[in-house]
Amino acid sequence: MRGLLGWAFSLMLLAPGVIQAEQALLGLPPVPIPANNLQTPEKIALGDKLFHDQRFSSTGEVSCATCHDAKKAFTDSPLKVSEGIRKLTGTRNAPTVINSAYFTTLFWDGRSPDLEDQSRHPFVNPVEMGLANHEPILEIVRNDPEYVAAFQQVFGKSGEQITLTEVIQAIAAFERTIVAGDTPFDRWYFAGDGRAMNDAAKRGFEVFIGQGRCVSCHVIEQTQALFTDNRFHNIGVGINNIQQDIPELAGAFLKAKAQGVDVDIAVLTDSKTSDLGRFAISEQFDDMGGFKTPTLRNIALTAPYMHDGSLATLRDVVVHYNNGGFSKEGEQVNAFLSGGIRPLNLSEQQIDDLVAFMEALTSPPFVQTASAERK
Amino acid sequence: MNKAIHRRDFLKGAGALALAASLPINLVEMAFADSSQNFTFAYISDAHIQHISGSKFVRNWDRGLIRAVAETNLLNPKPDFVLFGGDLAQLGTKAELDHGAEIMSALRYKTHYVMGEHDYYLDMGEYWEKLFGPQYYSFDHKGVHFIVLNSVRTYDDWTYNRWPTAEQRMLEMAGLDNPNGSPFMVGEVQRKWLKADLDKVDKKTPLVVLSHSPLQKIYKGWNFWTEDAEEIQELLKPFAKVNVIYGHVHQIQYNQIGNISFNAVMATAWPWPYPQSYAQAESLLPKMTVPMNRADPFFERDATGWQFINVNSGNVDMTFTLYNNATRTVRYNPKTGRPEDVTYQAEAARIPAQTHY
Repeated sequence: MRGLLGWAFSLMLLAPGVIQAEQALLGLPPVPIPANNLQTPEKIALGDKLFHDQRFSSTGEVSCATCHDAKKAFTDSPLKVSEGIRKLTGTRNAPTVINSAYFTTLFWDGRSPDLEDQSRHPFVNPVEMGLANHEPILEIVRNDPEYVAAFQQVFGKSGEQITLTEVIQAIAAFERTIVAGDTPFDRWYFAGDGRAMNDAAKRGFEVFIGQGRCVSCHVIEQTQALFTDNRFHNIGVGINNIQQDIPELAGAFLKAKAQGVDVDIAVLTDSKTSDLGRFAISEQFDDMGGFKTPTLRNIALTAPYMHDGSLATLRDVVVHYNNGGFSKEGEQVNAFLSGGIRPLNLSEQQIDDLVAFMEALTSPPFVQTASAERK
Repeated sequence: MNKAIHRRDFLKGAGALALAASLPINLVEMAFADSSQNFTFAYISDAHIQHISGSKFVRNWDRGLIRAVAETNLLNPKPDFVLFGGDLAQLGTKAELDHGAEIMSALRYKTHYVMGEHDYYLDMGEYWEKLFGPQYYSFDHKGVHFIVLNSVRTYDDWTYNRWPTAEQRMLEMAGLDNPNGSPFMVGEVQRKWLKADLDKVDKKTPLVVLSHSPLQKIYKGWNFWTEDAEEIQELLKPFAKVNVIYGHVHQIQYNQIGNISFNAVMATAWPWPYPQSYAQAESLLPKMTVPMNRADPFFERDATGWQFINVNSGNVDMTFTLYNNATRTVRYNPKTGRPEDVTYQAEAARIPAQTHY
């Protein structure tokens, strides 16, 4: 099943021992590896196994890979929002794991500081993997013979010494190998191959860095392009529809939060609370309705779009921005809209070109994955 | 000092709220005030709603005011009222004043208005009065006497004899550094009214005086200025605690002259840079601790914002809510007897000036 993906992280697995990922892919910086969780092939393999283990859910049917499926560019496309145990749905569109190693915060609202911390939450969210607590996971990894051997080899630990820390470190180590650059754009822009990208995509690039103002948040630098500023912006998705409710909703949520409500559960089980975005985490006016800028790499494979999966196509996304922060005719942009979002006055041609540009951001192994899937 | 201050929590619900919670905005109360008399008010200013044509208005100015209104509606504890500090319109037209009033109507609080020159010089405030009431007035609130002045009047000769049309008069006064302009003043009529109004107020009652232009002389070239400022200050002198809050300058300024604390408020429309100092006389320039710094042009409302104000001690404490920027607080320091920026007052804590070429 994962054979198709093998290429993506084969570079990482070639070198034995500790891998510092100095082997960067075209268009990407070296993968940042935390000093307290260095990469080893064994740890990565263990993380891979944990990532795909469905026993870590209350029904035994859901793993990390359920919503972050390698065959779907590590998302659950075309679902709008993710389905967990018993087809329960959350409020947010599954972001891809590809290149998540570069994010400075995780989740759409950035409520986790790193991949390690992020990976602990879905296990115990009632609409994701549904465990009451992390004990069943530890029960399995302390007793399953394959895990016993692997944790001994990777961490030199067994029995009670194995805690959730080792589990999430291994998962994060695996996720840090899921990186992909070398797109047509990278070969054209960073390697100077004039034929790597078609004319529509080249025109789209001019719109991207010019009139479209996309590059302000989806950052391209001199030697690399992560296509994110790792910041949070209110772009008029979701929150436009709950404007009248914000004063009561925000007050009630902050009160509940102060009284100890689990934010992770609150934002994934109530769509209106979800649409408060980063505000629910930071409690800052500037973050009202704001969500993290996602990378655009491999974006053509991960429809639908936005934190709530509310926009079906890349063209719909561009039209939303072109309108200045709304999608439906007559929709009112919300009062907290980011100052960066304003009507762009793009022509139909420019909109098409922008879509063509985003379609040039797909990495080779995922092109193959997607085409194999279509057959 | 810190021990004497209680912090009340933004968006606090009815129930107990953990004091340790990290909160975006703290309404600061002075502990020595009678807590039943505690109150805050919010202050929005200089929206400069600008009509283009038909139903089109300048989007950026609209969005700045819309956001201030929406954020003010989230305050908890709720402010007792809102003040609008003038320049709701850009060129004083009905279309602009109506559009601005419509945006302001989303506020869930009683609102008092101050006249700005951009509201005034087309029809001398006639339509504005229909919408918002008298151009100058006073009211009492929880032991504080509030006075609103129209400080943007000028010499009658300039107003009535100089310009062929009302539109041109408006345009001439709308330019910040226009040499054809004329200095702002409160004028004799209002000074007489003010004297009579103050005669009825106990000298121990804290005063909050609201004007559009500074009731102090900062920079004449930009009308950061009120021609009869000294005469107004003289009328305010007998009172123990006097606060003047003004708009117009689109920047944070604070100053102390004798018994009077001066504070400026931010605009929701755009920021002005700091002006030259007035060098011909003793400098009464407000303390300028942090030069305006547009760090992020992507956020088109960077360096704009609104403020809420606490008057519990009889001296105003200003909290500036700045879009996409750190909140700033200028609080009256009873030890030094003047307003001070709580973060940037110390020399070592100041942000170095940005150099442009």
